[in-house]
Amino acid sequence: MKAYLTRRYHFSASHRLHADALSDAQNRDTYGKCNNPFGHGHNYSVAVTFAGPVDPATGMVCDLADLDAFAREHLLSRFHHHNLNTLDLFNELVPTTENLAVELHRIFLGFSARFPHAQLAHIHVEETGNNSFDFAGGPLPLPAKY
Amino acid sequence: MILLTRKAEFSAAHFYWNDDLSPAENERLFGKCANRNGHGHNYTLEVTVAGQIDPVTGFVVDLKQLKDILEHEVVGVYDHRHLNLEIPDFATAIPTTENIAIAIWRRLDGKIPNARLYRVRVYEMPDLFADFYGEFEPEFEAPEVML
Repeated sequence: MKAYLTRRYHFSASHRLHADALSDAQNRDTYGKCNNPFGHGHNYSVAVTFAGPVDPATGMVCDLADLDAFAREHLLSRFHHHNLNTLDLFNELVPTTENLAVELHRIFLGFSARFPHAQLAHIHVEETGNNSFDFAGGPLPLPAKY
Repeated sequence: MILLTRKAEFSAAHFYWNDDLSPAENERLFGKCANRNGHGHNYTLEVTVAGQIDPVTGFVVDLKQLKDILEHEVVGVYDHRHLNLEIPDFATAIPTTENIAIAIWRRLDGKIPNARLYRVRVYEMPDLFADFYGEFEPEFEAPEVML
């Protein structure tokens, strides 16, 4: 019996979109107001979906307390009220929300490594209420059910 | 094929407890959800059906009919009830969000005329929900972890 469990987390962070490979004019042209040298910020929302069998003893795909503890340690404490550009993982990556979604997918694979029955299925990141990004890992497009 | 989703809400009480485990083990596993006095949520149910558009009506299903089915099969049964103590669906299954989604699938599957049940999504809270796509068989086995 396979079910999908989704938990949403919220964090606030600042960033600036700027690619070192481009000139200042090209950066302004590419990123517009997101290239403001002083940065700006968002209230991000991250929905993490795990797929797995429902454990008959607990009725759960994965233990929420364990997942919340993992998210506090690996997501909230690292990202909440930080400047994304200053984080090691964005040393060489522009902190667009696309790149953020891919990095968050990599981070939450660490939870599946500890609790192998809960397979990471999908990351959904909202940068604002109008912009959201999805990553399900690998080079394949998202399955139709998403 | 087109997908159509109808939303409904119900409020219910529950607690998490497995009689096969000791009280200490239940408390360790389920934390504050193991309080035997229960607690409650406003649940939001989203039922998605798949079907073809009827060329005469332009509908996949008659929304009023779908609303009535949700009311009769789920909301009227679960709303303002204690899931553990009053609902036979949870006589042996713990009423976690996952198991509620599966129980609602069982209640609705085959009951919707002209459409196939595609997904049952149950929100326990805005930041927590479970999806069930009817994947009962074959028994799901977690694939090898890839790092």
